[in-house]
Amino acid sequence: MEITIVTVAFIVFALISLGGAIGVVTCHNLFRGTIWLMVSLFGAAGFFVLLSAPFLAAVQVLVYIGAIAILFTFAVMLTRSISNLKTRFTRLNINIAAAIALFVLLVVGVIAPVFILNPDLQQPVSSVTRTTIDLGEAFARGNSFALPFELASLLLTAAMIGAIVIARESDDEV
Amino acid sequence: MEILNQWAFIGVFAVAAPIFPALPILIAWILRPSKPNVLKSQTYECGVETVGDTWVQFRVQYYIYGLIFLIFDVEMVLLFPWAMAYNRLDAFASIVGVIFILLLLDGLLYAWNKGVLEWK
Amino acid sequence: MDCTGLCETLFRGGLDQGIAQFISLLVGVLLVSGVPLVTVIFLIWVERKIAARIQDRLGPNRVGPFGLLQTFADLIKLLIKEDITPTAADRLLYNAAPLVAFASVVLIWGVIPYTPYHFGADLEIGVLYMVAVASLGTLAIMTAGWASNNKYALLGAFRVVALLVSYEIPMVFALLVPVMLAGSMSLLEIVHAQGGMWFGIMAPISAVLFFISAQAETGRAPFDLIEAESELVAGFNIEYSGMKFGMFFAAEFLHVFTNAILLVVFFFGGWYGPLWQEPLIAFMWLGLKASVLYFISLWIRNTVPRLRIDQVMWFNWFRLVPLSIANVLVIATVVKIMQLLNLAPRNLIGASFGEVLPLTLVLLLANIAMGLIIVGQLRTAGQTARVAAENRASVRAAIGD
Repeated sequence: MEITIVTVAFIVFALISLGGAIGVVTCHNLFRGTIWLMVSLFGAAGFFVLLSAPFLAAVQVLVYIGAIAILFTFAVMLTRSISNLKTRFTRLNINIAAAIALFVLLVVGVIAPVFILNPDLQQPVSSVTRTTIDLGEAFARGNSFALPFELASLLLTAAMIGAIVIARESDDEV
Repeated sequence: MEILNQWAFIGVFAVAAPIFPALPILIAWILRPSKPNVLKSQTYECGVETVGDTWVQFRVQYYIYGLIFLIFDVEMVLLFPWAMAYNRLDAFASIVGVIFILLLLDGLLYAWNKGVLEWK
Repeated sequence: MDCTGLCETLFRGGLDQGIAQFISLLVGVLLVSGVPLVTVIFLIWVERKIAARIQDRLGPNRVGPFGLLQTFADLIKLLIKEDITPTAADRLLYNAAPLVAFASVVLIWGVIPYTPYHFGADLEIGVLYMVAVASLGTLAIMTAGWASNNKYALLGAFRVVALLVSYEIPMVFALLVPVMLAGSMSLLEIVHAQGGMWFGIMAPISAVLFFISAQAETGRAPFDLIEAESELVAGFNIEYSGMKFGMFFAAEFLHVFTNAILLVVFFFGGWYGPLWQEPLIAFMWLGLKASVLYFISLWIRNTVPRLRIDQVMWFNWFRLVPLSIANVLVIATVVKIMQLLNLAPRNLIGASFGEVLPLTLVLLLANIAMGLIIVGQLRTAGQTARVAAENRASVRAAIGD
C-alpha cells in the first residue's frame, strides 16, 4: 500500500477522531469533554471530505460544532454550577477491561468476517462521485426523494414544538 | 480527483491559520515581563474579592434560542442543495422546497404565539 | 492530484512529488493569507481615524505621518504588556480560544476569489464552508468565557453567543438568494454569475438583510452590547491581557472587513467593473467596493446608539427572521415563474445584460413591493408609538396638575 497524501490525511483524521473520543471518555471536566467531542466530530468531517462528500463535511462542522456544542454548554450550565463540573470515575479498571474485551469481540466476531467474506467491500472507494447539485435535485424531484425531504421538515418542526413545550414546562416563571 | 486538490489547500490553510496568531503571542511571551503576584492572579471582580462560588444565574431563554437556532440551522443546511439545483428544477420540485420552508415557518409561528421568543 | 505551476517547477528540480505539492500549497497559503493579515494592520488605523473624524476630533496623528504607524505602536504596546493569567483559569482552553477565534476569520479568506484566476480554493460548497468556519468563532468565544473562570466573563460570553447564534439565521437565509440565482455554492461561480447584472440590484432586500445580520455577527453598533464597556466590564475577554487580547481585537476588526468583502462577492459583483479582464484591476475593483461598504459600516457604527439585548432579540426574531424567510419564498416564486415562462435564462453564468434584464426588472419590482410593505409597517409602528407616548405625556401632565 503506497503512502500517498490521501493516506496521510486519513491517518491524521483517524488520530483526531480517536484521540477526541478518548478525550471525551477520560476527562473529568464536563466542558472539556464537550470540546473533545467536537474535536472528534471534526475528524469525522475530515473523513467526509476524503470520501468526496464535502457537503456532509460542512454540515458536520456547521451543525455539530456551531450549534450542538453551544447547546451542550447551555445544558450543562442549566443543570449545575461551574465549580462542581467534575465527575468521578469509579471502578475504572474493570470498565477499561470490559471495553477492550468488547472491542476485540466486535473486530474478531463481526468486522473481520464481514470484510473478508465480502469482496465488494475490499474495493477502494468508487470513482463515480455525485456532486451536491445532484443531491439537491434528488431532494426535490417527484420521482426521487421528495417525500423523505418533506418528512424531514415535519420532523424538524415536531422537534421544535416538542422542545418548546418541554422548555416551557420546566420554567417556573412562565 | 481535482476537488481533493482544493481541499488540500484548505487543509494546509487550516493548519497554518492558528499559527498566524500564535506567532505574536510567542513573541510577546519572550518580550514581556513576568512578575506574578497572588493579588494579580486572582479572578477579577471590579477590585473586590470574589464572593461565593463562581455560579451564574442561568436564564432558560439562552437555551431556547440555541434550540431554535439548531432547528433552523439543520433546515437551512438542507435547503442549500435545493437552492443550488434550483435553476434546473421543474415547478413541482420548486414547490417541494417551498413547502419545506412553510412547514418550518409553521414551527416558528408556534414559538411566536407561545411567547418563547421574547426576552423576558 | 494534479501538479502544475510552482509544484511542477519544484518537481522537475528534483524534489519528491509530495514535498513539491506541499511547498506549492504552502506558498499559496502564505500569499492568500497575506492579504487579510496586511489589511488588518491598515484597518486599525482606518477605524480609529474615521471614528475620530465623525466625532469631530483628529484621531491618531502623532506616530508617523498622519498617525499611520499607530498600529505598530499599539502592537509594540501589547507585546510588552504583562500577561496576567488568572490561576483558576483552564490553561489549555484559555490559550486556545484567541487562536481559534482569529483562525476562524482568516480561514474565510481561503475561498474568496480575488480575481478570475487568483483565489485560494474553489470549493464546490464555498458558501457552506464560509458559514461553518464562522461558526467556529462562536465556539471560541464560549470557550474564552468559560475558561476564564469568571462570572462576568461567562455571563458576557452567554449573551454574545446568544446574539451571534440568533443573527446567523437571517444571514444564512439571505445567502440562499445568491446561491439560488447563481445555481452554485462556489464563490467563484457566484461572482461569474453576476457578469450580466449584480445580485444586489436583483435582490436588494437580501443584500440589506445580509448587511444588517453581518453587522450584528461582528458585534458592531447598533448591536455592540458585547463590547459595551459600561456593562459587564468588557464581557468575555475580561481576563485576557496583552497579545491574547490583541488577537481577539484584531479578529473583530478583520471580521468586519471580511463581511464587507463577502457582501461585495455575493451581491455587488465581486471583481467586475470596467476593464475587469486585467487581474490587477479586477483586484482593485474588489478592494474599492469592499472599502466603500466598510466605510458605510463604520459610519453606522459611529452614528447610532446602542440597542438593549431585549430590543436586539426582538428585532431578530420578530422582524428579521420572518422577513428573510418571506424574502426567500418571494424570490424563489418569481424566479421559477420567470424561468417557466422562458423569460429568464436558466444559467446566469455567461448570460449577457440583455438576457438577464427581464428577470432583473421583475425581481426589482417584487423587492420594491416588499420594501413598501416594510416601510408601511414601520410607519404604522412609528405612529402607534408616537400616539402612545403622547397619551402617556398627557396623562402625566393631567396628574402633575
